[in-house]
Amino acid sequence: MTAATEPVQRPIDAKLLVIDPCHEPRHAARVDLLDFLHAGDLVIANDAATLPASLAGHHLPTGGDVEVRLASRGSLSPDDVETFTAVVFGAGDFHTQTEQRPAPPSLMPGDGLSLGPLRATITGVLDHPRLVSLRFEGRPDQIWSGLARHGRPLQYAHIATPLALWDVWTPIAGSPVAFEPPSAGFAIDWRTVAAMRDRRIEFATITLAAGISSTGDPELDARLPFDEPYHVPDTTAAAVHRSRLRHARGRGASARQAGASGRVVAIGTTVVRALEHAADESGRVRGGYGIATRRIDRTTRLRAVDAILSGVHEPATSHYQLLRAFADDDTLQKADALMSALGYRTHEFGDSVLISSCC
Amino acid sequence: MSSAPPLRVAVTGGTSGLGLALVRELTGRGAHVAFVARTADAVQRIAREQPNTHGIVGDVARKDDIYPIALQILGELGGLDVLINNASSLGPVPLRLLADTDCEDFEVALATNLLGPFRLTKAVLGALTASAREGRGAVVLNVSSDAAINAYPTWGVYSASKAALRHMSAIWNEELVSEGVRFLSVDPGDMDTPLHALAVPDTDPATLKRPEHAAKELVDAIAEALAALVTPKLGQVSASVGG
Repeated sequence: MTAATEPVQRPIDAKLLVIDPCHEPRHAARVDLLDFLHAGDLVIANDAATLPASLAGHHLPTGGDVEVRLASRGSLSPDDVETFTAVVFGAGDFHTQTEQRPAPPSLMPGDGLSLGPLRATITGVLDHPRLVSLRFEGRPDQIWSGLARHGRPLQYAHIATPLALWDVWTPIAGSPVAFEPPSAGFAIDWRTVAAMRDRRIEFATITLAAGISSTGDPELDARLPFDEPYHVPDTTAAAVHRSRLRHARGRGASARQAGASGRVVAIGTTVVRALEHAADESGRVRGGYGIATRRIDRTTRLRAVDAILSGVHEPATSHYQLLRAFADDDTLQKADALMSALGYRTHEFGDSVLISSCC
Repeated sequence: MSSAPPLRVAVTGGTSGLGLALVRELTGRGAHVAFVARTADAVQRIAREQPNTHGIVGDVARKDDIYPIALQILGELGGLDVLINNASSLGPVPLRLLADTDCEDFEVALATNLLGPFRLTKAVLGALTASAREGRGAVVLNVSSDAAINAYPTWGVYSASKAALRHMSAIWNEELVSEGVRFLSVDPGDMDTPLHALAVPDTDPATLKRPEHAAKELVDAIAEALAALVTPKLGQVSASVGG
């Protein structure tokens, strides 16, 4: 499959592959997404806005050019912006494929970095020459101001024009805590939110600081996703609980064949990660703050989430591994073949898949 | 519920006149305030005077400033409950007849008074609706003027842009009522502010309303709107700004 190369969040011809155990994979237009959901379903999106996490500058000991890509942080607290984990590249910018990017100068704890108006110190090299922890100088407001003035959204070579923040903030973007956009949410505009209400589909949000999704380095990519802090509002936890009660009732009434209602539909992998981390054995989701640490893959038994709207991901990625919790490998391979044949586009601004129970 | 978190409020044009009075009034009532203004020196001065506020340098009339402003507001406050679009431009001064007004001057005033509030509201709307979904309520207050309704000769640029802002507030309010976001358009009255002095230089300030008085009325209006939105168990949120 080919990557989507234009930074358009909702292209009018966006495609949607609907995958469920009751049917062969179905090709649809993504604008018709809600036709595959039911009254009583609960749609949950990640409302994280995206940080301008790419910072160009210099490695002070050598004067060498670097691009620092902030990749994760310890909490969602507004004041907790001094220390980050970051991936460091050498000279060049996003126009070069990350796989081809030169290594940064040799990085050592204590090294200073000059990043536009920001100054940072490397506090640790994390078992890989590109992966560091760093600490910014200054008060939180000064760091926010420096990020706002100097930072650019993380970007990869398949999109030729530089991305602006408005390209990567989803319509519902709120707190700026993500390092890459929770891009499944590009599909959800305000018209969709209003239409869900009209159809009695419930809508709620979580906030998860989506970390960097790819570094171009197989060794680092194997360590993704990094731990990601999240917040599940109490109102969202309560909505999940109500939904699960509806779902259980629906099953009792043999509604499954007709299309079960009361499903929890995650908009994107980050929502799955937050809700499954916050869920107990019975699928009850706790409201509050946490740090999503678990990887979700084919061995995961999903407890809180029944369906996912996701971008189209390559099999090597952690996103794809997460989809294996929703469908077996035969189904996913069949879907991949169909999407290749139909010209589905991958990556943030690409097409979508909806994987669910029968719908 | 434990004690209510402070209300998170952003004010544009927060270093003089009504905006500064709003920053002081809100801070005095325990709100967590970020304010925006164009001049770095003025922002730093007010941030020093009001140590618990967040000063942000930016010009709402500049499209390229909007997302950096929104990023800092939402980053530093950790979300947003109330946006006050207060920054205003009179247009060219001394005030002049529309027929003597350059188109470019009109465009600049529209950028400050209409497009800036539109862009900033849109950029922070996700945070406002998140606040509404969490039961905290969300309010956007657009500062209006009686010139938005009445036709005063020589006030054309300001008047037309404020009339458009007032109508935009009404449309936003209709469209977002179901998301739990309330839009208010409030005329604070003729105040003793730098803007008024530019418009009508020979007015006796003693005949004008104090901006502190107008700020109190506006914050009361916000508190009342929040109280109407917020569910009873979260009533403390609005109480914390209701004073």
